[in-house]
Amino acid sequence: MTGELGQLALCFALALSLVMAVAGLTGARSEAATARAIAHGATMGMLVFVALAFGTLTYAFVTSDFSISGVASNSNTLKPLVYRISGVWGNHEGSMLLWVLVLSLYSGLVAMLGRGGERLTSAALGVQGMLAAAFILFILFTSNPFLRIDPAPFEGAGLNPLLQDPGLAMHPPMLYAGYVGLSASFSYAAAALMVGEEGWARAARPLMLLSWIFLTCGIALGSWWAYYELGWGGFWFWDPVENASLMPWLVATALLHSALATEKSGAFRTWSLLLAIGGFSMSLIGTFLVRSGLTTSVHSFASDPTRGLYILALIFCAIGGALALFAWRAPKLQGGAAFEAVSRETMLLLNNVFLVAACASVFVGTLYPMVLDAMGRDKISVGPPYYVATFAPIFFALLLLVPLGPMLGWRRGNLKEVLRALAPALGLAVIAALVVLLVASPRFLTGALAFAMAGWLIGASLLDVLRRRGARASAFAAALAHAGLGVTLMGVAGTTLWRSEALVVVGPGELMHVGPYTLRFDGVTQRQGSDYRASRAHIALMSGDQVKSVMTPEQRIYPADGQDVSVTAIRTTGFQDLYLALGDNRGDGRWTIRAYVSPLAPFIWLGGLVMGLGGMLSLWGRLRVRATLPATAAQPAE
Amino acid sequence: MTPKKRRRLAFAVALLAAGVVLAGAIIYELGQNTQYFRSPSDVTAKMVEPGTAFRLGGLVVDKSVHHGAGADVTFSVTDGKGVVPVQYNGVLPALFREGQGIVALGALNGSGAFVATEVLAKHDEKYMPPEVVDALKRSGRWKEGGL
Repeated sequence: MTGELGQLALCFALALSLVMAVAGLTGARSEAATARAIAHGATMGMLVFVALAFGTLTYAFVTSDFSISGVASNSNTLKPLVYRISGVWGNHEGSMLLWVLVLSLYSGLVAMLGRGGERLTSAALGVQGMLAAAFILFILFTSNPFLRIDPAPFEGAGLNPLLQDPGLAMHPPMLYAGYVGLSASFSYAAAALMVGEEGWARAARPLMLLSWIFLTCGIALGSWWAYYELGWGGFWFWDPVENASLMPWLVATALLHSALATEKSGAFRTWSLLLAIGGFSMSLIGTFLVRSGLTTSVHSFASDPTRGLYILALIFCAIGGALALFAWRAPKLQGGAAFEAVSRETMLLLNNVFLVAACASVFVGTLYPMVLDAMGRDKISVGPPYYVATFAPIFFALLLLVPLGPMLGWRRGNLKEVLRALAPALGLAVIAALVVLLVASPRFLTGALAFAMAGWLIGASLLDVLRRRGARASAFAAALAHAGLGVTLMGVAGTTLWRSEALVVVGPGELMHVGPYTLRFDGVTQRQGSDYRASRAHIALMSGDQVKSVMTPEQRIYPADGQDVSVTAIRTTGFQDLYLALGDNRGDGRWTIRAYVSPLAPFIWLGGLVMGLGGMLSLWGRLRVRATLPATAAQPAE
Repeated sequence: MTPKKRRRLAFAVALLAAGVVLAGAIIYELGQNTQYFRSPSDVTAKMVEPGTAFRLGGLVVDKSVHHGAGADVTFSVTDGKGVVPVQYNGVLPALFREGQGIVALGALNGSGAFVATEVLAKHDEKYMPPEVVDALKRSGRWKEGGL
């Protein structure tokens, strides 16, 4: 019964999304007030039915209804409840349903916030309706999670054990809330082109911020998961799937800055529109990369060529349509406002140039091997050194300029004054570099440079906070986000430059050394988990002859899936991680152990969190201002 | 030319120059960091220079896995036609088995052995890395629906 209910709900949602598209676009004409009301209602109705379909699928997973194919191939009665729920999106079909759910939620938010003129909102809903219809059709025709199996199996195949992890249970919803959320900015931009309304940047701002926050936190969470789950001690692998989430982030970050200039000083009017289109285009391309089966990783589930073709066609229509609209309508819009060469606008322009260049380098590196492969040429892969050589210098140049932006005035600024005001930050940068030069011997030059940059960013943020003291909380959003960049940079520099690692084969009672730590291997015991068997190593962290604590990395075997997963043991001081992974059994009680000491590793994700908090502060300011002031007077401090 | 126009032109020229530099850097670095995928028969047919990094994909030959001192391990990889010995110092992936498909990253040494810096086996026992499938197809040893 549940399967049919879900399928029916999805069909209703499809009908409503079509109503939304037609009524929304009709409502872009000023006299069509009825159509606007219909579009509004259809949006809410679609949200309800998509939520119902998603709820139905979740219910089927929770109750282990194996007559539904999605449940049978991705769940198992032995799974703990939380992983039966996360199993909903731990597979292609369910994750596409989550995609549509997030799209519907953002459509609902567009309708409810209803900022900008009525016509703008209506046209934006129309665009959202078209997107929703296209993706619901995709689900119904190529990826239906509600298909029945007859006879139903007694037991399900289970969820990929690598995905059975609290971090990863939360990672896809968060990432989707980010990059599908960019659809709202896309729809607002397309709507602005249709109705020629200037106020779109302000109207789209809250949802732009919301999706950026989720995207930032989602990427940080994914990187943290890769760090503790994959057992390699790395935090970013330049995997195509990781890049698929990084590219929308880079464009969304550029959009966040450019749209601010559009809103505050009228600069970059057309450019911001283009970025809003580009941001969601990157999300669509990312979805294609992950869902088409072109890439092979934990993230890509079943590969089916029809799915890839459908998404590819969808991308062409969405991006092509939006760009055609842009080419047609953008010249009719009012040109951007003028500004001096030394001004905040110039800094935001440079920010955009560097972010887009960084995105271009990732884009080429990610797609080049796939294009070659698709043309039937060589099978190649592009290694991390490519990204280090292209992405890193661009990003470094960007970071150098970050502190200048918030200090310079709109339209016209005084560079000398700003540099004088930033002198303490420069001092902090020099001190940071000197400390690194004195304390750390190997890799000191790159390290000194990285820490000088972190000092520059964090110092400038502190100065910015001091300068604005007494202002509304949201005035500190930029300072917080920029400081987060500095924190992440320290973490990245610390782990990549000064990580020590040891790879040893040890027997019971033998000692091993890694970095400043001495460890004693006390053997491996077997234990039975909920749906897995684990070999658990007992490794004592020694302080002289005393055992300070015992760490227990594991190798888990999931019989239902026929898979093994390594569970790392990490002991952190907040400033340094000791990281242990259990390797293979070499017989006679001897095992391979991999150990890393990663200085400042937690800073990588802490910085991401700080950036996300900066975004939240800004969003909170927006919503509060909106709540207390009449709409026309709403002028948030930034 | 008004000062405003001149400034715009200067900016456009600077942007263009930066774009050219970026494109140049991207093309150069792509050339430097591209790793080709080779099958064991490519290697035995002397298609690969020693010292050039590439990815080697194939099946682990039965009874070829030998553990040496510490984390040293040697094994052979085949696509049914060519066989290449592989030397590796590191932890083998949990799903590394004889007869399984793997991909190794590394380069040939002077004596024709492949020195791996990383060995990958995918997470699913039914799963075969696409490169390995490709190598088996090229050597004519691929059977649809399993081996």
